[in-house]
Amino acid sequence: MLNQVKQSILTPYGMQEKDIDTIMDSMLSSQVDEADIYFQSSHFESWVLEGGIVKEGSHSIEKGAGVRVVSGEKTGFAYSDRIELSVLLEAAKNVKAIARQGYNAQRKIATTAVRKDYYQAINPLKSLADQEKIDLLRKVDIETRKLDNRIEEVIVSLVGVDEQILVANQDGSLAADIRPLTRMSVTVILEDNGKREQGSMGGGARTDYGYFLDQNKAVEYGKEAVRQAIVNLEAVDAPAGNMTVVLGPGWPGILLHEAIGHGLEGDFNRKGTSAFSGKVGERVASDLCTIVDDGTLDNRRGSLNIDDEGVPSEKTVLIENGILKGYMQDKMNARLMGVKSTGNGRRESYAHIPMPRMTNTYMLPGAHDPEEIVKSVKKGLYAKNFGGGQVDITSGKFVFSASEAYLIEDGKITRPVKGATLIGNGPDVLTKVSMVGNDLELDSGVGTCGKEGQSVPVGVGQPTIKIDGLTVGGTSV
Amino acid sequence: MQNHEEINRLKNLVQDLLDESEKQGATSAEAGLSVDNGLSVNARLGEVETIEHHCDQSLGVTVYIGQKKGSASTNDFSGDSIKETVKAACSIAGFSSEDEYSGLPEKENLATEFQELDRNYPWNINAEEAIEIAIECEDAARSYHAEINNSEGAAVNSHQGIRVLGNSLGFLQGYESTRHSISCSVIGERDGDMQRDYWYSVSRKSDKLESAKAVGIKSAERTISRLGARSLTTRQCPVLYSAEVASGLVGSLIGAISGGSLYRKSSFLLDALDTQILPEFIHIHEQPHLKMALGSSNYDSEGVATAARDIVTDGVLKGYVLSSYSARKLGMKTTGNAGGVHNLVVDSGENDFTAMLKQLDTGLLVTELMGQGVNRVTGDYSRGASGFWVENGQIQYPVEEITIAGNLKDMYKNIVSVGNDVDYRGNVRTGSILIEQMSIAGE
Repeated sequence: MLNQVKQSILTPYGMQEKDIDTIMDSMLSSQVDEADIYFQSSHFESWVLEGGIVKEGSHSIEKGAGVRVVSGEKTGFAYSDRIELSVLLEAAKNVKAIARQGYNAQRKIATTAVRKDYYQAINPLKSLADQEKIDLLRKVDIETRKLDNRIEEVIVSLVGVDEQILVANQDGSLAADIRPLTRMSVTVILEDNGKREQGSMGGGARTDYGYFLDQNKAVEYGKEAVRQAIVNLEAVDAPAGNMTVVLGPGWPGILLHEAIGHGLEGDFNRKGTSAFSGKVGERVASDLCTIVDDGTLDNRRGSLNIDDEGVPSEKTVLIENGILKGYMQDKMNARLMGVKSTGNGRRESYAHIPMPRMTNTYMLPGAHDPEEIVKSVKKGLYAKNFGGGQVDITSGKFVFSASEAYLIEDGKITRPVKGATLIGNGPDVLTKVSMVGNDLELDSGVGTCGKEGQSVPVGVGQPTIKIDGLTVGGTSV
Repeated sequence: MQNHEEINRLKNLVQDLLDESEKQGATSAEAGLSVDNGLSVNARLGEVETIEHHCDQSLGVTVYIGQKKGSASTNDFSGDSIKETVKAACSIAGFSSEDEYSGLPEKENLATEFQELDRNYPWNINAEEAIEIAIECEDAARSYHAEINNSEGAAVNSHQGIRVLGNSLGFLQGYESTRHSISCSVIGERDGDMQRDYWYSVSRKSDKLESAKAVGIKSAERTISRLGARSLTTRQCPVLYSAEVASGLVGSLIGAISGGSLYRKSSFLLDALDTQILPEFIHIHEQPHLKMALGSSNYDSEGVATAARDIVTDGVLKGYVLSSYSARKLGMKTTGNAGGVHNLVVDSGENDFTAMLKQLDTGLLVTELMGQGVNRVTGDYSRGASGFWVENGQIQYPVEEITIAGNLKDMYKNIVSVGNDVDYRGNVRTGSILIEQMSIAGE
């Protein structure tokens, strides 16, 4: 893979491996703790069908390189879209000022880390002919419209990315990755007697477009979107107040991403700005909860063979039986906290600084049958699908918005209620988890996480869980 | 002062894209490019933390083959890349469907007058000077109060960019603009409770920025005021949106009257033109040509002339927010809003912030919102909030971990007043907004 990536990122621009050494040498001094050069090339395409026609498509090619020097807690960073020795030497000159000058440092000896690959080095854009992509969109549109005569609009999109990265570290190591990523989504709008609602479903993976043809997945997305819209057409006002909430399996795992995930990223904890700072070894969840961040799942949207600092992906235990075990780390924060990088150093692109980010974050299954969990609730909310979420790292307060939810009355799921935001406090919400289902599911592969203006693809998952008390933001007081 | 030589060089590149499109068989084409250079520094706990040198460029082309459309973009400005990009766009157009509404804007709608909008004020600042300002800003925040005991740092940003837009109807324009900012985010702690808040100042001209010290102090004041926050019990009460969150309420309105939401029928304000959607005392205008404002532009992202206009008069919706495409879909005329609105101004009432609190009397003052809980199709609204509980017009204590909910259609109709405490930092200029009643969920 390394040779293939060198061929496609360096060779066309007349760069050789020794040029990387030259740039690296120019950045190193005794004060440098980390230095890297990150080359990236990415091809992106999207196709959108709307109003029954394939309205537009777009294609983009981006490439560039970023150079970074870290000294203590200080980072100097510059990048360019021109992969040329002279340009990158100039960038290196700009960033090295961050480290006080000293004698030239010895290059550290490269250590070979064990690396496994969790997805194939393929180019998804080429996995179907353009006409086949169009045909797929059309088929989904036609099949979806057949499902209900109240459908007003169907929007189908298909997105593919072919990304290659090459990262050179100050220890002389050079690591490459080829990261395919595909995504498809269907949105429908239904109208019934002047009342309108929408439903959305999508999925994706680090693989080719064949993924959407397998088991008729694309058509199933359409069915699911219609089902959600119909449920929402019948929804009554959501309740307001603190109540028992049962979260369904899969995408509701966004709870974990917001409530504890961000708060366990190394940078916030190194700086002491997280509500979880200094809590390793303490109880932050009920003993039913074991939560991991795992970049090593095959073909998952959040998976990585290596992170953007060249560190192989890991499965990191964040919380074990309710006890906080550790944080997610990149190289700089790991060094400053005296631990090892967990392979969570990620960046949106060559034009962004890496930081600790999640990959696939999920809770391990428990012992309960999901039906048993619902049966145990006298009055509460069952939330099955969610939109986005957000967290205030410092206060620990987080939100996530239900897009499909039902009342639970006397142990039964009854009426659907309108979407509502749920709000809670990260450090104690999981202490109220009183039942964990045996039905672990991962999300369908659509998650994107934003942090400090940088977006990266992520995954979440969980079994059905019961939380004894979460604030539900409906209108029905 | 514009750098005409560089703008001309980039205009030539755009013209090359248009020429190449024609050569490769496009019936018509639109091309644009942007080049941005910038410096960002962050200081934390009195020392520099990051220095970032930004330099971004991107070019894009949209081609029409008959009524079929394709787009492509790249950050590689070489001649080969231009050819490849046009080829990719044409290839996509070959596969997309005939769309009778697609195409360039009508020629008569393109901008022909170009006012000087005072958007370009480069800040001649190097990394060391920027760091000094950031440290001064953070110092002011950290020394403001003993309870400020940690920091996410203070940042200074300076960006300068060139935008060029052209199409095969002969439109070819470019301009330079700048954007500078100072921001600070600090953390306070009281009895084990940590809170964070921030403040920022942004302007096209560096000497129009609030002072580093003022930004720092404001961020510290805001953080301190949140310490000791508690939840509220579930209830219904009046809600005052502070000016910096009130702009989001106006933003949701704009989303609902935008062409894309209307022709897809995914708006809670369908067929609302010439109907009463807000109380009679509310007037909203678009003012695209305000000097030095962040949203100012002579033309929209298709080259269509922008014009000052009324969107809401006496609470009645007088105009939609349309591009050429969405206008054609709706059988209307473009409003020069491809890419969004340009400086939206909500007329202020008589009340300053203190008078707004008096008018609120007893209820919730919201200063921060969380999450995306707005359903654009139905107007159902439910978001996480923090702010202050107010009694008899006086702030009593900070609140957090609550949600506020309602339906935007009702919320708009139940606006009681708009303050004159306008937040000028964004594209939407409004004072604080008082809503008669919303549902609060809490402990």
